[in-house]
Amino acid sequence: MPYIPHTDADIAEMLSVIGAESVQKLFDEIPDKLLQGGFESIGDGISEMHAMRLMASCAKKDDYELGFIGGGAYEHHIPAAVWDIVGRGEWMTAYTPYQAEASQGTLQLIYEYQTMLTGLTAMEVSNASLYDGATALAEAVLMSVRANRKSRSKKILMPKLVHPYYQEVVRNITLHQGIEIIEIPVSQSGTIEMSDLEQYNGVDITALVVSMPNFLGGLEDVNALTDWAHQNKQLVIAVTNPISLAMLTPPGEWGAEGADIVVGEGQPLGVPMSSGGPYFGFMAAKQAFVRQMPGRIIGKTVDQNGRRGFTLTLQAREQHIRRSKATSNICTNQGLAVSAATVYMSLMGPAGLRSVAEACYNNAGALISALSDQVDVLKISANGRFHEFVFLAPIPAKTLLQKMGERGIQGGLALSEFYSKDDFSRHKALNERLDQAVMVCVTETKTADDLQKYVQTLEEVLNEQ
Amino acid sequence: MSHIPSELKYLSSHEWLRVESDGTAYMGITDHAQAALGDLVFVETPEMGAALVAGEEAGVVESVKAASDLYSPVSGEVVEINEALADAPETINNDPYGDGWVCRIKLTEPSEIETLMSAEDYTAQLESEEA
Repeated sequence: MPYIPHTDADIAEMLSVIGAESVQKLFDEIPDKLLQGGFESIGDGISEMHAMRLMASCAKKDDYELGFIGGGAYEHHIPAAVWDIVGRGEWMTAYTPYQAEASQGTLQLIYEYQTMLTGLTAMEVSNASLYDGATALAEAVLMSVRANRKSRSKKILMPKLVHPYYQEVVRNITLHQGIEIIEIPVSQSGTIEMSDLEQYNGVDITALVVSMPNFLGGLEDVNALTDWAHQNKQLVIAVTNPISLAMLTPPGEWGAEGADIVVGEGQPLGVPMSSGGPYFGFMAAKQAFVRQMPGRIIGKTVDQNGRRGFTLTLQAREQHIRRSKATSNICTNQGLAVSAATVYMSLMGPAGLRSVAEACYNNAGALISALSDQVDVLKISANGRFHEFVFLAPIPAKTLLQKMGERGIQGGLALSEFYSKDDFSRHKALNERLDQAVMVCVTETKTADDLQKYVQTLEEVLNEQ
Repeated sequence: MSHIPSELKYLSSHEWLRVESDGTAYMGITDHAQAALGDLVFVETPEMGAALVAGEEAGVVESVKAASDLYSPVSGEVVEINEALADAPETINNDPYGDGWVCRIKLTEPSEIETLMSAEDYTAQLESEEA
């Protein structure tokens, strides 16, 4: 479906039919004080030649030889077929076309995506995706307030080790909606301690957020956390990495009743990192909460002749009908990125996804073993880890990472960019040596040679000091 | 013209209230409301024991084309909900003043009943809306 803009003649004709003087007049109801005025700083545009040069220079910033950075966006191999298929004109549209009569292919693809997502998370329903992982968590918080009718408090338990950027987005979106975010501080172990939750026994709390893995790469005791939350009439919001779900217990099977809402960043499923976006957020939930689920949902139905068809469904509570009372903050889904994820999951299949997850896990384990003579690798969780871990270097993390970068290796992230010492007041090692803490991610893309190069480069930098 | 029983009380937002002799009252949506919404597919009733406030949200009725808030005509505690609506929301379409009731409320401010519309008032409102 091509994108065909209106010509000036089209616009003039439409305005004359409805009797409006100008397009601007159609926005008269917006008070002047809310209008932003012009965007002078953006300028008039540049030529194609200059645009190509600018984009090429921006793209260079993505160039690196070997990357070990995780922390929310993850490098995975994307089979060439994925974007070859997604790049076809039938999929590559300016906007997701929802007219059922014109868009059966796209709608079926999103329906298949929803089916795959429910399989991966072991949940009953999925929407057609959201903006990104962080906004998906914010939507999940809003959804839990609507869905948990046993709670009136609008209080959310938010562990400090949920991705810090996600926490910021959640606070930003919920700030003026009467929702209170209660922080669970980092424990001495680096995962949520049940003893930290005891003070909330019998207290009216709407939902507990559980990040699996957490930001330090540790695995939480999800069964105990889920059962505790449900005993206290809370909903459980799981924040997960979709690749990890091929190995770990899916949220739908946490504890006796499973998580209630599952969200996360979909980028690892076939979407390139490309300087931070566009990515997509995923959301799945229990069937009982489907009417509180934000965003687009595609359903399967039959037409008047009984033939199978696909269409938007359960939209009566969304923005085009409910306006300010809609179930979403941002209803838009990420059609193109979701198409890539659907093709990626189709090509990999359950066994392929599992082998990717196992390779990530094993490669991270191999690097941990190889590094343990040089640095102190932190053991975050008794339950283990997935593909990220934290080590303490003998020199400042930022210095180490900069020197490794000069040698062509992006060695990880300095944890001090995300947290302050006070955040780890109970975690002795990180409290004392936060500046030396490096977060590393190893995926299936790394070979034994790559890991060896990481260790050698680290040794070189340390010997230099 | 839709059916407007004379013995009931009404809200301008199209809810009805039937006051019982035991200090409780049944509420639902009017014949006009169910016709305007079309086929109902889901009814979100208030929770048992919930404290309703007159004029504030008490639930949601959802048809294939719209979802509308349900407002409570009076203040009080929800002492019974119509559980049949969970599986058969169309009961409201078929019998809005009978089997299609939404919940029963134990009144805490019986004087609020005086502020509600009579069948005559409500009929006049619908006529003026149609005019």
